[in-house]
Amino acid sequence: MGNRLRWAGAALVVSLAAAGCTGGGGGEGEGGYPRAQTLYTTGTQWGPPANWNPIMNWEYTTGTVGYVYEPLFLYDPLAGEYIPWLAESEEWVDEDTYEVTLREGVEWSDGEPLTAQDVVFTYELGRFESVPYSNVWDWLESAEAVDERTARFEFETPRYQEWAYFTYSNPIVPRHLWQDRTEEEVTASANENPVGSGPYLYEDHSEDRQVYRRNPDWWAVEALDMRVAPEYIVDIVNTSNEVTQRLLTQGEVDLSNNFLPGINQTIEGNPTITSYFEEPPYMLAANTAWLVPNTTREPMDDPEFRRALASSIDLQQIVEGPYSNLVEPADPTGLLPAWQDYVDADLVEEHGFSHDPQEAESILAEAGYEDTDGDGFVETPDGDPIDLTLIVPSGWSDWMEAARIISENAQAVGINVTEEFPDQAALTDQRAAGEFDLVINNERQLSNTPWTYYDYMFRLPVQDSQNTVNFGRYENEELWDLTQELAETPVDDTEAMRATISEIQEIQLQETPIIPLWYNGLWSQYSTQHWGNWPSDAEDAPHYLPTTWRNYNQLGAVLTLTELEPAGR
Amino acid sequence: MRRYLARKILIYALTFFVAVSINWLIPRLMPGDPIRTMLSRGASGDEASMERMRAYYEQTFGLDEPAWQQYLNFWTSLARGDLGISVWLFPQPVTEILLSAVPYTLALLLPATLLSWVAGNRFGAFAARSKWLDNTLLPLGYVLTATPYMWLGILLAWGLGIVAGWFPTAGPYGFGSIPGWNWPFISDLVSHWFLPFASLFLVAFGGWAIGMRNMIIYELEAEYSTYLEALGAPRRLVRRYAFRNAVLPQLTGLAVQLGTIVAGALLTEIVFAYPGLGNLILEALNNRDFFLLQGAFLFIVVGVLIANFIVDVIYVVVDPRTRTQMQGSAA
Repeated sequence: MGNRLRWAGAALVVSLAAAGCTGGGGGEGEGGYPRAQTLYTTGTQWGPPANWNPIMNWEYTTGTVGYVYEPLFLYDPLAGEYIPWLAESEEWVDEDTYEVTLREGVEWSDGEPLTAQDVVFTYELGRFESVPYSNVWDWLESAEAVDERTARFEFETPRYQEWAYFTYSNPIVPRHLWQDRTEEEVTASANENPVGSGPYLYEDHSEDRQVYRRNPDWWAVEALDMRVAPEYIVDIVNTSNEVTQRLLTQGEVDLSNNFLPGINQTIEGNPTITSYFEEPPYMLAANTAWLVPNTTREPMDDPEFRRALASSIDLQQIVEGPYSNLVEPADPTGLLPAWQDYVDADLVEEHGFSHDPQEAESILAEAGYEDTDGDGFVETPDGDPIDLTLIVPSGWSDWMEAARIISENAQAVGINVTEEFPDQAALTDQRAAGEFDLVINNERQLSNTPWTYYDYMFRLPVQDSQNTVNFGRYENEELWDLTQELAETPVDDTEAMRATISEIQEIQLQETPIIPLWYNGLWSQYSTQHWGNWPSDAEDAPHYLPTTWRNYNQLGAVLTLTELEPAGR
Repeated sequence: MRRYLARKILIYALTFFVAVSINWLIPRLMPGDPIRTMLSRGASGDEASMERMRAYYEQTFGLDEPAWQQYLNFWTSLARGDLGISVWLFPQPVTEILLSAVPYTLALLLPATLLSWVAGNRFGAFAARSKWLDNTLLPLGYVLTATPYMWLGILLAWGLGIVAGWFPTAGPYGFGSIPGWNWPFISDLVSHWFLPFASLFLVAFGGWAIGMRNMIIYELEAEYSTYLEALGAPRRLVRRYAFRNAVLPQLTGLAVQLGTIVAGALLTEIVFAYPGLGNLILEALNNRDFFLLQGAFLFIVVGVLIANFIVDVIYVVVDPRTRTQMQGSAA
């Protein structure tokens, strides 16, 4: 379908151009999608839509999961609760046995019923090593359909936290269409014409957009009395910041999930552009940006040195400078605001750090770091010069500016740090191989449990290539044991969770293996020209995540669509 | 003529081989790993399954083989017309991605190059005749030709797009349009095409006009012109001869300039978010998508070579001296 559209468009350009014909005016044609029923979004897709394969969770086209394919549960991080979605209920029958019951009458968009067989099949796909959740079979023993609507899972080691994460993050795929697929077809096919169970159907796509049309037979209309408001969703491939900002202010785009420097001024000055909060930081927090020291190198292997470095950084300067208050400084534990309940305030009071150059200098002096050669920078206790490099990807202007501030702050207390901006792919290489001194990273996103953050910080064993976690190669058996203990704590036992997390925080705050910097925003600015009732912190407004980013629909972002109302109503 | 063509074709084949090999090699010499870049875009990956996926995809793309083997594989699949699978836009075949982007690039390049050449030459020849034009419009030509494509693009987008609001500044057609053979869509398409076309056209136009103006003045001062005039030939006839002679270096210039024009078109596409090869190359580079890069450059190399070849052939047709030379050497 998409090809027809592409070719028609391209052929037209050629034929017109060849005729040497020029023209003006134009704008939105009469043959277009009706503006009042169409939601225009942007901010997720960096290139032409290339696949609609929900298994490839790093690059499926915007909306593939959430609009088309759906998970068993949603997790709403703002309310801190799991919302039964395809599932009606779940139950741990005993310690190692989990049963999930599906809703009645859920159908795939081709009319076939969605059954427990589909759920079992989806997890069985994890037997293929190239499926992102293949690690579930390291601790899951068996999955079987008890009846049409009930699936039972038996665990070797029930990692409750991780399992809860899987139940909302992994979309269910239709067995009747996927069962004959080979591993290659499962993990390496574009899955054109996706058949899902969700609120939208694939309509069309071309190089710079993806179009969805509302699914009139969506199960939630009857089951939950919910309707998604836009008849069409057109998601636009990212353009430059200037173009995006212009499209937004002119009301051509309704929802932008791009980081637009200076958008705070637009939000303040333009009554039709709003965001979640009316005042700083304007945006919800999506992830923590960390300063990762390579703990296998001197002097970053010394907790005292790391602490001195942490105390030297003036986060307020970063927040007010490159971000003009669009972000907030992170808590010393690094936990996101959504996990505020798990932050042990007493421990933070006792061991936490904050910007304090004098403190940084005295920590250095006490630990034996002195400027012995008089160049203005301290040397190691052994007398070796310290010359560290902080790397951030070239072109990430806000991070580059932040890196400059961090270097200056560190130099002010006598730690010689200079910033460098390699190209992103090169940086990814250095980071994975552990060939760096200091790097900034924010890849771990908001989720249902702080466990995902501790897994990111402390994961052992350290491999030759560290691709997603523990870039600093920090080895601490005790913290890793505690992290695993947390993984095996039932999600509803918040007391036990808190106890374990406090133990973790006690060590973490004293060791400072990784330095939390600021909360990167869930960049989201929306226009009220065509659609209203956007999420905000106002009491009568919906409290959902206003985003189209990948893997955020499972965090309830899709519910934003059910709350929207056409403007002027 | 046959020997001339055979020699030309041999040179083109060699150029093709070397250019394509370099395009194969250079991305691979850059630091960075395409598979890791691709997988690190994942929201959250378990380290263990990530390692397994990496091994799987490296094998899928044949990146686990030694470099010489990859190079051989590249030529064998190229011979079959297979450019491989894109890493960045996985799992789309590179050929398909390029085929959908090339028409947009051609739609900008062809008319902009041809029209600016024709119009630039005419205008240059005309301006050389008039002191007034020579003093006013030609300096403008100098400014235009010295303008970087991208900068003029941004200026036009700002002036005619944002301030005046006459033209849209992004995309191939309106975000709300549905493609079809109807008038609203066609005019929408043309209005989106106009600004990127205009910025390419103007820069090139300035260059050709100046070149032509200088050549005409040179030719008018040549001895054959003075001789013709002394014979009492009408001024128009003299000018026509001068124009014909002046066009020849301009034609060679076109062949030489093609590479620059293509590069300019790629940058212009990025400014106007026009979905041609330019945007693809930029992202393919960022994502270390070797296969898409190779494919895109292959298209460009082939395109430039074909265009050069056509210019070569035209040159033989329009310049009788080359024909006599060839006949002479054949005899």
